[in-house]
Amino acid sequence: MKQTDTQSPEHFHKVVNCQYACPAHTPVPEYIRLIAERRYTDAYMVNWQSNVFPGVLGRVCDRPCEPACRRGRVEETPVAICRLKRVAADHKEDIADRLPTIPTEKNGKRIGLIGAGPASLTVARDLLPLGYQVTIFDRDAKAGGMVRSQIPAFRLPEEVLDEEVDRVLDMGVETRFGTDITSMKSLLEENFDAVFVGTGAPSGRDLKIPGRDEAGEQVQVGINWLAGVAFGHITETTKNVIVLGGGNTAMDCCRTALRLGAKAVNVVVRSSYEDMKASPWEKDDAQAEGITFVNHHVPKDYVIEDGKLVGMRFDVVESVYDENGKRSLVPTGQEPVFIAADTVLVAIGQDAKFPWIEPGLGIEFDNWGMPVLNDQTLQSTRPGLFFGGDAAFGPENVITAVAHGHQAALSIDLYCQGKDLVEERPAETYDLISQKMGVHEWSYQNVVSNDERQAVPHMDLGDALQRIDAEVELGFDERLALKEAARCLSCDVHTVFTTNRCIECGACEDICPMDCINFADNGEEQDLRSRLRVPACDSEEDLYVSADLKTGQVMVKDEDLCLHCGLCAERCPTGAWDMQKFILKLA
Amino acid sequence: MSFLKSKFRHPKLPRNDLGLTQQAYEGPLSTLCAGCGHDAIGASIIQACHELSIPPHRIAKLSGIGCSSKAPTYFLDKAHGFNSVHGRMPSIVTGANMANRDLVYIGMSGDGDTSAIGMGQFAHVVRRRLNMLYLVANNGVYGLTKGQTSATADEGSLSKQGQANPLEGIDLVTMAIQLGATFVARSFSGDKRELLPLIKAGLSHNGFAFIDIVSPCVTFNNHAGSTKSYDYVRDHVTTGAVTDFVPVEEEIIVSSSDSEAQDICLHDGSILRLQKTGNEYDPQDRQQALAAIEQSRQQDRILTGLLYVDPAAQDLHEVLGTTDKPLNSLGERALCPGSDVLEVINDSFR
Ligand SMILES: Cc1cc2nc3c(=O)[nH]c(=O)nc-3n(C[C@H](O)[C@H](O)[C@H](O)COP(=O)(O)OP(=O)(O)OC[C@H]3O[C@@H](n4cnc5c(N)ncnc54)[C@H](O)[C@@H]3O)c2cc1C
Ligand SMILES: Cc1ncc(C[n+]2csc(CCOP(=O)(O)OP(=O)(O)O)c2C)c(N)n1
Ligand code: SF4
Ligand code: SF4
Ligand SMILES: [Mg+2]
Repeated sequence: MKQTDTQSPEHFHKVVNCQYACPAHTPVPEYIRLIAERRYTDAYMVNWQSNVFPGVLGRVCDRPCEPACRRGRVEETPVAICRLKRVAADHKEDIADRLPTIPTEKNGKRIGLIGAGPASLTVARDLLPLGYQVTIFDRDAKAGGMVRSQIPAFRLPEEVLDEEVDRVLDMGVETRFGTDITSMKSLLEENFDAVFVGTGAPSGRDLKIPGRDEAGEQVQVGINWLAGVAFGHITETTKNVIVLGGGNTAMDCCRTALRLGAKAVNVVVRSSYEDMKASPWEKDDAQAEGITFVNHHVPKDYVIEDGKLVGMRFDVVESVYDENGKRSLVPTGQEPVFIAADTVLVAIGQDAKFPWIEPGLGIEFDNWGMPVLNDQTLQSTRPGLFFGGDAAFGPENVITAVAHGHQAALSIDLYCQGKDLVEERPAETYDLISQKMGVHEWSYQNVVSNDERQAVPHMDLGDALQRIDAEVELGFDERLALKEAARCLSCDVHTVFTTNRCIECGACEDICPMDCINFADNGEEQDLRSRLRVPACDSEEDLYVSADLKTGQVMVKDEDLCLHCGLCAERCPTGAWDMQKFILKLA
Repeated sequence: MSFLKSKFRHPKLPRNDLGLTQQAYEGPLSTLCAGCGHDAIGASIIQACHELSIPPHRIAKLSGIGCSSKAPTYFLDKAHGFNSVHGRMPSIVTGANMANRDLVYIGMSGDGDTSAIGMGQFAHVVRRRLNMLYLVANNGVYGLTKGQTSATADEGSLSKQGQANPLEGIDLVTMAIQLGATFVARSFSGDKRELLPLIKAGLSHNGFAFIDIVSPCVTFNNHAGSTKSYDYVRDHVTTGAVTDFVPVEEEIIVSSSDSEAQDICLHDGSILRLQKTGNEYDPQDRQQALAAIEQSRQQDRILTGLLYVDPAAQDLHEVLGTTDKPLNSLGERALCPGSDVLEVINDSFR
């Protein structure tokens, strides 16, 4: 194998599994370390810088970082990264004096943002300190997008959302709320220097099967119904509720229904329990509240009696997987199953739709009705017009919307300066800073905690179901937070190898608790992987390969399970290993 | 400074026939200097015992005094251990071995411990052909007492202060062969590929096995001008016989299809497979071994690998015809048969 290229950040960045997996590349170990030092405000600011909504995301983030967390490979469970983010938000002090100053003298460029969800708010947050004038339009009366209209208050208290949304708006956004944009053409006539479309994917799918028309208002599209609840138009529901669908929207619908007075709530899903799209913790929470999941049932029809919906019938199927693991749902031949219901909530997906964007404006759409975009710059086929969040590539999540917001803001800034969005886009760079303090002393906590993952305390279930806005999760208290923070392996503090210092004594190879380090004859990657102390033939994690050593061998480190404990660097007599903190510099 | 190694280990660590991972053979975190050759020897011992599936509690590790003699603390923490007086490890192993022949004995010594204060003990334990593996971690200095030149230092080798050693060094492998050791090897702590099979073979050998392991002292004897530094050793090594160790159960699979190799069958059925290197070294020829060692020395080369082996040798128990059971398993009746038996014995001399 060739010597690992450490010029670009790629290798070291990938080793920080959590940060790499985060769409916004939040420096996770950095803020967890700050929490461990009880520097909550600093930890919050690291987050705010990167993801704009730490208090929100510390509760509802989809947390792609957690399945990526190395701790989940070293032992059973990843670090509770998301819950720790909330700790920073809950325990922080006033941050007013840490916010960027907004120039009173503007740069003369006006930017229009359509939709006031997390994507647009991120664009605004990034552009305002640079002197841009920003106008946000939304048909709703308040900003927040689906985070406000969809995510129930028992998962995300309104004050938390208000605080973080207002922080952006207070930077000097011109708001035009309560304004439904019905024509892109007329919006463009306002002559903005650039326009960003962050209108989300607000069109929920209905399920049109026999009986739908007769059922009328008794069948509701889930996201419309949730918005009705969020805005206070809907305050109660009926006794028997069926929720159709197995994703996170379904989980929010069923738990909300329970709080609005439903006695029996059945979530009916076509797939198996394992294949349901909802996040594992959302399924757990729903079940803990007494929701019944009915799997492998495919809707057949709505059953109407005396002009009213009384329930639904379902065909029973089973999951069959072919040799490639592809699933098909095969009828079992059983009689259709009847489930009683007086309300059905349909949570089977949602789409982005742009009926308000007229043809002839140079904005191309693909066969699925989605805008044609450069996926790095997020610019549409019309120069100066950008898309981001759920409006760009379909429904995702808040953190992806934030990441898009950052990229779009960068593109807009380049565009307004007349620069090329790709060629002149600043490259990602990185710094490595030695953590050595003394002979065997490090400026980070290198001793690995053996503790298991701490469970987050929940409020009493009975009380939780009484009030729709009672936040179920209580968050970690300081004691639990510090215990959990200590579980972080500090993957951003890298083992950095200097070939010409190594005398090949093998001390590092011997001491490494995880058998990561090898001295071996070089070879092709697969061959080398098969010859490691613990072979790693089908691992996704990279190898770190040195240049040729004096004996002709190379140092090969399998990055997969490194604990970043620094023992190799402590045992190395020549300082060939050093522990160095990686700081990614995003443009 | 870390005092503990994390309890986490690679989840895919191989398990041996006893179902144990290498972790069961480890010891606490070493306090030897970072980069000390002795720790690399410890790591090879851990690996060898694990791969041979020796139950850790059936091993006894004994040593004298010195950094090398301290090294056993950091491997095999479930084994029996005895840190004896300087140079006296051989007496203690002899006693232990005579009392319990069922344990696997590893003696770990240094060049000071063996070739200076312990020379007399060394000579006799070799001669006795005690069934043990005797290792010398040879760094040419007294590491523990701050680096005084030892008796194995080569003539002309420079001390850290720059003085040339005026005396010829004692060559322990030559002595061991002459004194009747039946398995003699030399190796380098920085070359585990050579060292590991030698340790395994030494552990499987019946009788006295001796390995002189050049083990650089990074703190006092790893400078330019020293003949026991990492760089010097790497530049001056000549390998006699390149040896693979084939454990008993793999023998059939590997078989002698490889005509380039010569097999030596050990007492327990495992095999020492010598790769043909072109230099036609025959480790079963004692005279040739001594000549080859001397010839290398004259050419400033360090001859490593398996130097001499007599696979059919007898150990002390066989020579003396002792009881084939450990004394602690014999019971009072057998150990102390009573005055009438004594009478019979006495009568036989009348
Ligand atoms: C029930 C449910 C639960 C969810 N839970 C989570 C969760 O726990 N974690 C998570 O990360 N994500 C969750 N999501 C997804 C998340 O809410 C979205 O991915 C995210 O809000 C997308 O942000 P955005 O900025 O792209 O658009 P949105 O948040 O959708 O905001 C778009 C805004 O544009 C406005 N708008 C749209 N069209 C127009 C128009 N023509 N004129 C004027 N205004 C317009 C809308 O009113 C809205 O305010 C959930 C989604 C749903 C439906
Ligand atoms: C009876 C006695 N004499 C002298 C000493 C001092 N002493 C301790 S270690 C040592 C030499 C050890 O050298 P070596 O065996 O080569 O071990 P190393 O530290 O080099 O590994 C000496 C002389 C002692 N401990 N006991
Ligand atoms: S401990 Fe240092 S000098 Fe020794 S092999 Fe490892 S990197 Fe090389
Ligand atoms: S002084 Fe020399 S022999 Fe002793 S531990 Fe340090 S390096 Fe090893
Ligand atoms: Mg010594």
